Amino acid sequence: MFDNFPFWPDRASAAAGNVDALFIFLLILSGLMTLLIFAAVVYFAARYRRRDGVPAEQIEGSIPLELTWTIIPFAVFMVIFVWGAVVYFKSRTPARDSAEVYVVAKQWMWKLQHAEGQREINELHVPVGRDVKLIMTSQDVIHSFFVPAFRMKQDVLPGRYTVAWFRATKPGTYHLFCTQYCGTQHSSMIGSIVVMEPAQYEAWMSGGSSGPLSASGEKVFSELGCVTCHRTDAQGRGPNLQGVFGKPVQLADGRTVTADENYLRECILDPGAKRVKGFQPIMPTFQGLVSEEQVNALVAYIKSIAQPAVGANPSTAAVVPQNENQAGSKVQ
Amino acid sequence: MSDSTVSATVHGEAHAQNPALLHHFATEEQQRDASNLGMWIFLATEVMFFGGLFCAYLIYRGWYFDDFAAASTSIDALLGGTNTAVLICSSLTVVLAIWAAQTSRRGMLLSMLVLTMIFGMAFLGIKGKEYKDKFDEHHVPGASFSFDHVAIPSHPDQYANPRHAEIFFALYFIMTGLHALHMIIGLGIFTWLLWMAWKRRFTPEYHTPLEIGGLYWHFVDIIWIYLFPLLYLIDRHQ
Amino acid sequence: MSMATATAVKPVERENYLNKEYGVGSWLLTTDHKRIALLYLISITFFFFIGGFFALLIRLELLTPAGDLVQADTYNKLFTQHGQIMVFFFLIPSIPAVLGNFLVPMMVGAKDLAFPRINLLSWYLYIIGGAMMVHCMLTGGVDTGWTFYTPFSTAFSNTKVIEAGLAIFVAGFSSILTGLNFVVTIHRMRAPGMTWSRLPLFIWAHYATSIIQILGTPIIAITLVLVIAERALHLGIFDPKLGGDPLLFQHLFWFYSHPAVYIMILPSMGVVTEIIACFARKRIFGYSFVAFSSIAIAVFGFLVWAHHMFVAGISVYAALVFSILSYAVAVPSAVKVFNWTATLYKGSIRYDAPMLYAFGFIGLFTMGGLTGLFLAALGIDVHVHDTYFVIAHFHYIMVGGAVMGYLGGMHFWWPKISGKLYPEGWARLAALIVFIGFNLTFFPQFILGYLGMPRRYYQYPPEFQVLNVLSTAGATVLAVGYLLPMCYFLWSMRYGKPAPDNPWNAAGLEWQTQSPPTTFNFEKEPVVTWEAYNYEEIDARTGGEAPIVG
Repeated sequence: MFDNFPFWPDRASAAAGNVDALFIFLLILSGLMTLLIFAAVVYFAARYRRRDGVPAEQIEGSIPLELTWTIIPFAVFMVIFVWGAVVYFKSRTPARDSAEVYVVAKQWMWKLQHAEGQREINELHVPVGRDVKLIMTSQDVIHSFFVPAFRMKQDVLPGRYTVAWFRATKPGTYHLFCTQYCGTQHSSMIGSIVVMEPAQYEAWMSGGSSGPLSASGEKVFSELGCVTCHRTDAQGRGPNLQGVFGKPVQLADGRTVTADENYLRECILDPGAKRVKGFQPIMPTFQGLVSEEQVNALVAYIKSIAQPAVGANPSTAAVVPQNENQAGSKVQ
Repeated sequence: MSDSTVSATVHGEAHAQNPALLHHFATEEQQRDASNLGMWIFLATEVMFFGGLFCAYLIYRGWYFDDFAAASTSIDALLGGTNTAVLICSSLTVVLAIWAAQTSRRGMLLSMLVLTMIFGMAFLGIKGKEYKDKFDEHHVPGASFSFDHVAIPSHPDQYANPRHAEIFFALYFIMTGLHALHMIIGLGIFTWLLWMAWKRRFTPEYHTPLEIGGLYWHFVDIIWIYLFPLLYLIDRHQ
Repeated sequence: MSMATATAVKPVERENYLNKEYGVGSWLLTTDHKRIALLYLISITFFFFIGGFFALLIRLELLTPAGDLVQADTYNKLFTQHGQIMVFFFLIPSIPAVLGNFLVPMMVGAKDLAFPRINLLSWYLYIIGGAMMVHCMLTGGVDTGWTFYTPFSTAFSNTKVIEAGLAIFVAGFSSILTGLNFVVTIHRMRAPGMTWSRLPLFIWAHYATSIIQILGTPIIAITLVLVIAERALHLGIFDPKLGGDPLLFQHLFWFYSHPAVYIMILPSMGVVTEIIACFARKRIFGYSFVAFSSIAIAVFGFLVWAHHMFVAGISVYAALVFSILSYAVAVPSAVKVFNWTATLYKGSIRYDAPMLYAFGFIGLFTMGGLTGLFLAALGIDVHVHDTYFVIAHFHYIMVGGAVMGYLGGMHFWWPKISGKLYPEGWARLAALIVFIGFNLTFFPQFILGYLGMPRRYYQYPPEFQVLNVLSTAGATVLAVGYLLPMCYFLWSMRYGKPAPDNPWNAAGLEWQTQSPPTTFNFEKEPVVTWEAYNYEEIDARTGGEAPIVG
């Protein structure tokens, strides 16, 4: 179309169509509404312009009319609300078996690492048709990961993970913008998302990598000596981490939390905050000792040992009762 | 709301009666109502002002309960309790001062105002002592802050996280500091009231400044009534 | 019946609030609400043109995709201070502190606001805050964005965050005290017979505004105190590195700053209501619905703050609640638009400049409001949040709405304020220029936003250039539209025809006294025996003929 003068953003993800549909609906609706108001104002202004001897007709108001234009807009608004909420929920719920990419934002660049180990800066290669889940954190201030062609945006916060996902549907190169003002070079903190055909993507993936992220996580795990306490038998001074990810964990203060990425991250950086029941508070904090990338690798490693084997359906692992008991008894 | 059905008042007369009646008010009653309402609205503003801090406090208290409890036990509840008693007494003397003005007891009015101010200064003195203790213990947030190896009340085997305790102390100093600032302003207001009372400005008919000054004092008092249990009494029962 | 017959030839130099005393002291120490209103008028105009100048520089920088006019840091300071000045030093005080100050006591039939000295104090607080802001700008400025998001503002920015925060803190108290004064005045100072249901809707709008000022402003004040304390002392209240929560800042910030939007737009709605009634010679259709919709906006306005945070990392369920509440707050705004339109029906309409601004307001506010529906829809907000779509939306409300209302009001009450008539032809031309310039500036930004251009970018991909050029072109037209009124208002003060007491034959109490009014507003205290907008009666008496011909 117009390469230098587009009127509509590229539509390159599964979510984009949903957003566009609602947007177009709202465009039509508000276009009609604007037209109605403008037409009424212009018509009344012309029809009832001041003329000698024609006084204004005083009208008190009308309760039925007031109720009409209170209730009907509200009903229409509720339709928009529900529609918008449905689109939002779809865009916020990643599929369970999506490919994972860890994102670290910093002033002023995007550092991305695939679960398979490939590192990229300001560029992300993804295959068409595959769900990609982004696990994002920031090293400094708040950033925001925005891909207009995917109609996808999520703020990236320091000190915690935020998650977003997309499924690209059209090969091409798309803008990646930071949309949360983050300092001097905010407008240079842009990159591109390269969507490739699966075969091309496989070829790209096979290019140099230091092995999967979980493997580097395993290395960090042993280098930092985590393994001395977090043993795989019941004798460790720390909880056995095998099979922990995604399961509920009983805490010392009686609460139960789900061991998601944010929980694992918090346990590494602030072990005292949500201590697992039955264990002494002996773990030191690793705040400042590990980089964001190393935390990501550790989290990826702990996630990898939660599943029996790569490629197996993860949902079956979760419902095997034996597995559950085993994990539960050791964690508690 | 009551609609004023007052027919045109003879202003000159009303103004001649009371020099305290400002030019733009029609009646003394209107002036008194306006002043009172003004103070109540100002207090609504103050509630929101402290409300933001209470909100921040409650969130972090939920997040870091154990650390907050540990930090809370390090401040002196006895001093805080004494201060609570001092402030409650001062509220009583404020009420008595207003009553004295209503019943034309000048000596009592003056002594109650003085007593209120003494209580107020006692409060600030005790507060100063608490601050000094905290300073000596390096519990003031900043470069020299230290809160290492302090056990958590409900888990004596575990130390509180100094970073989270620092948030407690930051909020402690901001909240009590802001409260103390209000006390100082209150003392200023009462100095002025005392001067007015000395000059015999108050009569049983006209003592609006006493009433609104008193409202302010009670408000500052009530803020403390909330601050005391929130800051001093977390997890003290063990 | 105290209706003034206004057509009489004015005696030369009646004593009024302007000529009663001369000399700097008589202005700087005045407690007359009308003089304080003029002090505000001069000061906010000063800040409006500073903020506008920054806006123009921003638009010039965005003429080309490359960052070539200014440095990145300079650009960041420009948009930050454009926002801070326009929001805190122009829009929030604009209508309340100028027109409200001037008109609230007169409209309720009082001699002054309830606390005249506090009113003067609030102007001084505004000036002190403003001077601190100017000092901050001259000594380096601040680059956090007007939103001060943490931890950037507390730990990373190396600009004058504390100074800017203190300036806004001080100015905030000015806003609180103005609101307090209005509420007490409206409650306690009404003239005999001025019941709540006889109040002009301008008063209802200011009452609602004041509630927000009183209850919202302290929250931003305490939030700025926390930001300043954290930045100065390295506390960890908002900084995640020290255990704090950056989202808490956003919650506290928007708890004020969303309702603050209604501080800016509600008074403008009040102005437009007065203008429409007068120029259609009609009572307002559905008076009580318009009145209560103001209150409803003020109340609901406090419940929707987190709709600024849909992609900030809040839970999806919280997002749902705030989305549905955001639609709830849209209903009373829609009700107002419908009632204004219905008021035109079977009216007797003249197209004087104030009415042109009111028409402009209805059109632009409608578009601004409707695009708010897009933003409240969760699915769409994810895409357009923090893009130019948002910029366009809130400029349609703030500039298309609030500023159009402000200018309309300035024209409508100028004869009362200055005692002079402005040149009607020029005024109509200016209204037209503002309307065209505004749409040219901000409509392209809706498209830019949906295309994905993020806000606060000083350089951008080249495909966005055409729309940016349009926008910049519009901004220059808009600038002309804003300069014109300033010129002819100043001109009219010296050369304008003397205004009769009631040039529009309007119904409000403020028109029943001389132009300009005396220091205590009324010769004798008015007694009100009629509803607001009793145009039928006025026109029956005067034969429907306005005393001046535009």
